[in-house]
Amino acid sequence: MIKNISNLGDAALYCDFGTEVNKKINSEVIKYFNTIKKRNIEGINNLTPSYNKLIISYDLKVTNYKEIKDKIEKLNIAEAIKTNNKKIEIPVCCDPSFSLDMERLENKLNLTKDKILENFFKKEFFCYMTGFIAGMPFLGDLDENMRVQRLETPRVKVPKGSVGITEQFADIYTFESPGGWNIIGNTPLEVFDSSKEIDPNLINPGDTVKFKQITLEEYKNYNE
Amino acid sequence: MSKNYFEIIRAGINTTFQDKGRNNLYHIGIPFSGAMDKRNYLLANKLVGNKLNLPVIEFAYQGPLLKFFGDKINIVITGDVVFKIKQNDKEIDGNCYETYELKNEDEINILSTNKSVYGYLAISGRFDLKLQWGSCSINTKANIGSNDGKKLDNDQKIKISKVNENVNKKKINYLNSKIENIRIMKGTNFDYFSEKGKKDFLEKEFTVSKLSDRMGMRLEGPEIENIVNTNIKSEGLLKGVIQVPADGNPIIMLSDHGTIGGYPKIAVVASVDYDRLVQISPGSKIKFKEIELTDAETLFKLYEMETQNLLSQI
Repeated sequence: MIKNISNLGDAALYCDFGTEVNKKINSEVIKYFNTIKKRNIEGINNLTPSYNKLIISYDLKVTNYKEIKDKIEKLNIAEAIKTNNKKIEIPVCCDPSFSLDMERLENKLNLTKDKILENFFKKEFFCYMTGFIAGMPFLGDLDENMRVQRLETPRVKVPKGSVGITEQFADIYTFESPGGWNIIGNTPLEVFDSSKEIDPNLINPGDTVKFKQITLEEYKNYNE
Repeated sequence: MSKNYFEIIRAGINTTFQDKGRNNLYHIGIPFSGAMDKRNYLLANKLVGNKLNLPVIEFAYQGPLLKFFGDKINIVITGDVVFKIKQNDKEIDGNCYETYELKNEDEINILSTNKSVYGYLAISGRFDLKLQWGSCSINTKANIGSNDGKKLDNDQKIKISKVNENVNKKKINYLNSKIENIRIMKGTNFDYFSEKGKKDFLEKEFTVSKLSDRMGMRLEGPEIENIVNTNIKSEGLLKGVIQVPADGNPIIMLSDHGTIGGYPKIAVVASVDYDRLVQISPGSKIKFKEIELTDAETLFKLYEMETQNLLSQI
């Protein structure tokens, strides 16, 4: 349930579902997101679901805060919206040329490389949200013993396809971008396909993701 | 397919195609983009007799030098821009908000934006562009939009797919108003900042940093003191949101911003001031002024009416 609705500026509603990050709260956010998206409410021009917030942007030329807030409060969210959550396997190569922060992870986590990889690849991840850069999935949750902070100084350029971890989350850099996550490997898979007008994202909120380790050889031959 | 085109002799610093932008893609990480200064974008299209949602060329600081090849075409520049037009061997100073007819091998040389950032060039017709998610707007960070999502480069051609016939020459007198006081509403993390931090933010002057672009405007000034946490759990962003990272220097999100961010939101710029905010050039001073939501809504309505009035005069 939405705990509180407030305004974020004069053209958006800020729906607060709580402060914790967990699947239960996030599933509520996604349920609202899917319901509102389906309704095509006049004036709403964007929705941003995240771990525990939903931001609803609207066109101030067409509507205003009070009107949209009324409509959201009256929504019947109980009705089940069918979502087709997928299970997706992502190949990742952890050759030293890709796992840019392995040494740092070994030191910070006090685990061997093999143990880190074992923990990482046995985990089933849940996609909380996508964004920051186009198609980037935010996946959780890593076990307690795998949690590290961001790099103190973010990289100016993280290579495309990089798979990173930070706190309880993993992500995939769909484009070369600045970023501060600890890079563990690289996927040859196109996670965001900008030539697709519909569903350019391979991974969507609510989907389950499992990483699968591949060799450098397999990586090189992947797209051939 | 008409045989009209521009040859880019000099591309300029940040020259892109822009239109109204794209909606409903935040949830996959794609922002609105679109023309930074919407009023000047709309005026440009109206002056050349186009539909208001057609793509135009947006430039920043120094614009392009273009040579026209073809029969003839009307063009207009909007914003606060210094430019010259070369017809035959004669060069004349151009006026913004006045249409000019270009003939084969005429040139338009956009020298600079005058104490502002963005200017617009519209043609009476259509550029030959591929749309992506219903918009041509180029987002160079995600390589989305026309021209493979890249800014325009030297020695490129800009193809024109359609030229409108019988377009009247039009002009209006319009002076871009400048603002130094940016009106804002409190953000969702306003109380993350100390009493001194809040006071500094609302009362002190900030300088617009050179590190500003279509993604964001960075500010330098007093360090805004955070007493709760310099990070929040990542959540959605909007254009106009002012984030304060750990270094205490505010960043205002602009049209090509990342869609998710993890820094506290101290404030949000009122929609009424966005067109003029983006035109404030690096090195300039700005101050913030807090207003209530209802005032922001009323002020935006008035601004929108003014825009409609300007358009109806053309």
